[in-house]
Amino acid sequence: MSPKHRNWERVVSILLLLPSILALGIFVYAFIAWTGYISLAKWDSAAPDFTFVGLRNFEHLFIGDGTDAIRFRYDLRNMVGFTAFFLLSCIIIGFGLAVLLDQRVRGEAVFRSIFLFPMAVSFIVTGVAWRWMLTPGEANDPVGVNIIFTQLGLKNLQSTWFTDPTIAYLSPDSGVGAILNSIGLGFLTTKDFGYPLAITSLVIAAMWQLSGYTMALYLAGLRSVPDELREAARMDGASEVQVYRHIILPLLQPVTLSVVIILGHISLKIFDLVVSMTGPGPGFATDVPAYNMWKTTFDATLFSQGAAIGLVLLVLVAILIIPYLRYSIRAEAQV
Amino acid sequence: MAATNQKNVADKTYARIENADLIEVGWKICVPAKADADAFLKAFDPNKPWLLFGAGKKGQLLVGSWWTNGGEFAGLNEMFKLYKAANPDVEIVNAAIAGGAGTNFKGQLLTQLLGGVAPDTFQLHAGLEVETYNPPTLVVPVDDVYKSANLEAAFPKDLLTLLKYKDGHYYGVPVNIHRANVLWYNKALFTKAGITKAPETWDEFFATADKLKAAGITPVALGGKDGFELQHTFETILVGTLGADGYRGLWTGKTSWKDAKVTDALNTFKKYITYANADHDALSWASATALLINGKAAMNIMGDWANGEFTAAKFTDYGWAPTPGSKGIYDALSDSFALPAKAPNVDNAKAWLALAGSKAAQEKFNPAKGSICARTDCDPALFNAYLQSAISDWKVNAIVPSVVHGAAATPSWASKGYSDPVVLFASTGDVAKAQAALVAAAAAAGFPQ
Repeated sequence: MSPKHRNWERVVSILLLLPSILALGIFVYAFIAWTGYISLAKWDSAAPDFTFVGLRNFEHLFIGDGTDAIRFRYDLRNMVGFTAFFLLSCIIIGFGLAVLLDQRVRGEAVFRSIFLFPMAVSFIVTGVAWRWMLTPGEANDPVGVNIIFTQLGLKNLQSTWFTDPTIAYLSPDSGVGAILNSIGLGFLTTKDFGYPLAITSLVIAAMWQLSGYTMALYLAGLRSVPDELREAARMDGASEVQVYRHIILPLLQPVTLSVVIILGHISLKIFDLVVSMTGPGPGFATDVPAYNMWKTTFDATLFSQGAAIGLVLLVLVAILIIPYLRYSIRAEAQV
Repeated sequence: MAATNQKNVADKTYARIENADLIEVGWKICVPAKADADAFLKAFDPNKPWLLFGAGKKGQLLVGSWWTNGGEFAGLNEMFKLYKAANPDVEIVNAAIAGGAGTNFKGQLLTQLLGGVAPDTFQLHAGLEVETYNPPTLVVPVDDVYKSANLEAAFPKDLLTLLKYKDGHYYGVPVNIHRANVLWYNKALFTKAGITKAPETWDEFFATADKLKAAGITPVALGGKDGFELQHTFETILVGTLGADGYRGLWTGKTSWKDAKVTDALNTFKKYITYANADHDALSWASATALLINGKAAMNIMGDWANGEFTAAKFTDYGWAPTPGSKGIYDALSDSFALPAKAPNVDNAKAWLALAGSKAAQEKFNPAKGSICARTDCDPALFNAYLQSAISDWKVNAIVPSVVHGAAATPSWASKGYSDPVVLFASTGDVAKAQAALVAAAAAAGFPQ
């Protein structure tokens, strides 16, 4: 190929990429910059006001005991609790289902579709449906899932679901709490670092929707593990558990990483499920940053405050995504 | 094009052109005389392309609202009919977006207005909600409509005070009035528990509630799913505890939020919640009303849109009273129509506003919507028993603005400063902290205490 030809190809490739680079530049990065600019301004009514106020809007969120700060701390707490339990349950159930399906059961395709179907539904639909099912009713007049428990004679299993205002946290009076207090970590023994039981209902709904997807990822992973490896391990006398523990799980590590990244960023940004299912909940027990951002911006017209929440959310997602990007870019470079 | 479309109004065999670039084979179209065409092009405004389609000689009327179902939609349609009869040359476009209390509509509208696109008129809670639209930048005064339709004489004085923005102008014409401070009760359950009259003070209320509890009846039906139900209840408690002037002063800086009566109100609210159905955090206001209809709870504080639920469920065995302590006070909210600064068809919009304020329109709209007229001269015979009592109260009561429903305070104060502490308080019950937060919110809104 002549050098001239090669130059021409380079020009064409740049020209082809240019539109998407421009679009990305404007619609993603310029808007991030714009949001950053707004978050430092004093735009707190419908009238745009770009007076620079420094980090005031962030102070509102992080410093002091104002209602905004309390609500935002609860938001972060709820988000962390939700993400942790959602990821954990999806991985366990998804992996479990994948292992079961990997046994070459009859009608595998049918089961696979059944488990995958919930993913085709939007979070709004999931939220509305689960809201109906998990609305508790009164102890003696249950509705939804609670009716089933009562009919089955399992009355103790009745729960107040997403209306439960209880926050589980380390009591400062407990043994561990006292130790934490004595080493200056007393702040860990407050409701800011608890787990609101109401979040569990959200976890159940989100898990129902996405564990099938997790299963699909793991199933693909399992299928790519060469049979020779398993056979070899078995020949060496490894039990089935040991095969999974020492051969298959390590080989599935990249799959697990993808699951954590994909589900993790969904759960950090979760909004639609919360809106349709629970709202902010009793004492903000199911409030999340994205919901708070929407309320703050469009209901209370505090645009700058809303932009600040948006930026914090961006940073949190970036903390999750950037190491993954670095990892995958490096992996690609090695190939 | 305009010629063809105008022809289409009278004679349907002529095509109606919706897209200027498309004329299909077989269409019957009307070619205007040269003089007509010249005149049309001369008068044509390229900024109003819809005129090209001859939406009627006088263009369109785009009405934005969140009235999409049941009685409210029926009421709006009645108004459209009246408008059409008076302005046959105008095409009415209903630009409604569903969503209770306008949650979806308001966000969408604000984005549009900021982007320079506006309907001709849109629904607005009367009062300080107008600050959402930064008057007079995005919405403009409608004083001339008040003058030409003589509306100042038609509305009660307290309402006019509420409508007049701080710059001395009116920004909306109210069509209806809802009352927020109503205590509804199930008569059969009252009889069962041996209660003969609705409680008038909070002491009486709790005595009544205890009697109901003793009879094995849940005393209070409460919703809390959307948060606003709690804020609504607390608002009526504030009204009942501070009185009309005291409550009004909370939003103008004349009454301090540090007042001992605010503490009392918080304590009352805390006690009130203990009498409510256990699953109140899962229920919307309508589900709470349903508890009362189904005889599962005896009392409920809600605005008079609850009356519409009773009617829809064909439930008649209910009674009503002002919430405890608020006799003689009308905690009001009102839907009005406003005029955006960039309304494309200002004349049509002004005709709509004048209609919205008229007796004819209000008498058609309100019985359907289940609210009363903002005017004082509507015929009570058109309304049901509850609304008739509301009409007579409306004429004599002191009128105070509802905060939850957009009348009393700026959006940032109403939907964050006031509402967040109430939601937190309902779960923590920490009176001192809640009051401190409310004081801080008032200070942030420009009324340091």
